[in-house]
Amino acid sequence: MSDDVIDIQALYKSYHTTAGLFPVLKDVNLNITSGEFVAIMGPSGSGKSTFMNILGCLDRPSAGHYALAGRNVAELDKDALALLRNRTIGFVFQGFNLLPRMSLLDNVSLPLIYAGTQHEERRQRGREMLAKVGLESYLSSLPSQISGGQQQRVAIARALVNHPRLILADEPTGNLDSHTSEEIMALFEALNREGITIVLVTHEPDIATHAKRQVRFLDGRIVSDHATASLHAEASA
Amino acid sequence: MILAMLGEAWRAMGANRLRTLLTMLGMVIGVGAVVLMMAVGQGAQFAVSQSISAMGSNLFIVLSGSPSSGGIRSASGGGYTLNVSDADAITELPGVQTVAPLIFGNAQIIYGPNNWNTSVFGTTPSYFDARSWTIASGYPFADSDVRSATRVALLGKTVVQNLFGDIDPVGKTIRIKQSPFVVMGVLGSKGQSLDGRDQDDTIIIPLTTAQRKIFGNQFAGSVRMIMVQAETLEVMPSLEKSMTGLLRQRHRLRDDADNDFFLRNLTAVADSAAETTRTMSLLLGAIASVSLLVGGIGIMNIMLVSVTERTREIGIRLAIGAREHDILLQFLLEAIIISLAGCLIGLLVGIGGALLANAITQTAVIISGGSALVAFSVAAAVGVFFGFYPARKAAQLDPIEALRYQ
Repeated sequence: MSDDVIDIQALYKSYHTTAGLFPVLKDVNLNITSGEFVAIMGPSGSGKSTFMNILGCLDRPSAGHYALAGRNVAELDKDALALLRNRTIGFVFQGFNLLPRMSLLDNVSLPLIYAGTQHEERRQRGREMLAKVGLESYLSSLPSQISGGQQQRVAIARALVNHPRLILADEPTGNLDSHTSEEIMALFEALNREGITIVLVTHEPDIATHAKRQVRFLDGRIVSDHATASLHAEASA
Repeated sequence: MILAMLGEAWRAMGANRLRTLLTMLGMVIGVGAVVLMMAVGQGAQFAVSQSISAMGSNLFIVLSGSPSSGGIRSASGGGYTLNVSDADAITELPGVQTVAPLIFGNAQIIYGPNNWNTSVFGTTPSYFDARSWTIASGYPFADSDVRSATRVALLGKTVVQNLFGDIDPVGKTIRIKQSPFVVMGVLGSKGQSLDGRDQDDTIIIPLTTAQRKIFGNQFAGSVRMIMVQAETLEVMPSLEKSMTGLLRQRHRLRDDADNDFFLRNLTAVADSAAETTRTMSLLLGAIASVSLLVGGIGIMNIMLVSVTERTREIGIRLAIGAREHDILLQFLLEAIIISLAGCLIGLLVGIGGALLANAITQTAVIISGGSALVAFSVAAAVGVFFGFYPARKAAQLDPIEALRYQ
């Protein structure tokens, strides 16, 4: 139980619309333990994006229990949630979401500003992370000067810079071609082997096969939850 | 942390240089206007207070009344209703510092081949105290000169320039209306009076000499004016009453008769002049402050645009762990930097403008550290005040909405 990174029980989420209360997530139960690599799948409108926002502490559930790394999220205030996003979670987005006017090194070390890290250490760790994703020779380039695959690597480096326990990736390959997508997924697999828990949202079945476990959403409920039974099964063994 | 934030603010401003400069321009004009207006206003106040202290402080003048003969009235001071004994009586009143009876008129002055027409004042030595008139060289005449009606004169700067040029006039003999006078000294310069008259274009001689030799008339001992200096500003109203009573009694006026003299409070006139300039400079400052306000609104406007433009950036920052007050601080810092930089430039522009105005129009300007400090702190306050709303708006964005913003 203490090894659970994510512990979700009877979670509900509804939105107020002009037509009344609109339920998006209904009675979701999910446990993810340390070191897992989970793909969350489902058609659009199934509630998987809302679920990711709640996982990432960007949104709060309407009802139910959610504990992240052993801490009950419902009891935390805004600043504590920001701290959790800063230290425990690393985000990777579909659109990369790098700051266009900043160099790659500044982009990667940006989370460290909010962690209160000193200037020299920020640059040092930023360099390390860029080296880890194979971009050590692009420190002072701007995001617009590199390819989409490289930008996503920078985003992953930024997600890693505070040594998070959990990486949340929302359609990380959605804007990339299939070859580059394979490279990015290989990077995620390598990170997972280092012990980082990864939760990945995707609607592409072949991307999902890189994960060790697949959770499928439909109409706000989890309809299937099973280990990936494929060639990748032995890699996870 | 703050240093990193400052760096970010600097980068954000640099990304849109023209817009940053234009925003700053509002503050530049505002602060520049305030500094310039305050410099000009304080300069005017200084000029007025200079004129007032040159005139002498706490002064009354009593002019002899305008006599009417056959329905034709002459100007005030034209008659001879006042005399030296009136002046002596006023000296006895409580609250009186000094009293100087005056008789004056214009006369032709001759020295060698030069001649000059100027106003000649016959008075007593107390006049120098009443008008705080200094002696530049030589000596003032004494009471003994008044008693024995000696023919001595003190010359104003302008008279010296016109009659003597570069020669030292002390000890030389001039002629006033044909009578020879020995120059005892030269008066210190007083410059222009409040109404622009040259106060240095004058000659002062003993009262008795003036009465007998220059402006002689059938009323022995009569004077045209008595200058009275009160001990303090506070006693002036009561002194005004007691003087009026005394003169009416001495002139044996019935209760229903008008005064046969005019009593004027010069200090009140000067105070109202000072009050006017003070009001003017306050008004100028107030008008200039409006432009500061407009500059501040300009900052708020641009910061709001900036927040909208950078919504996605704010979303990213929130997602990677920025707290609300980190975002607030970032945008507030930007607003403060813009207003402080604008303020510094405005300060230079204002000072430059004031010096330029001084060079071109010779207007007195005073640039005080106080007014600069006021302008500076107001600008900083404007930056915080008008930067706060956009910054708070940025900090309170919903991270999910902000991340989705295109």
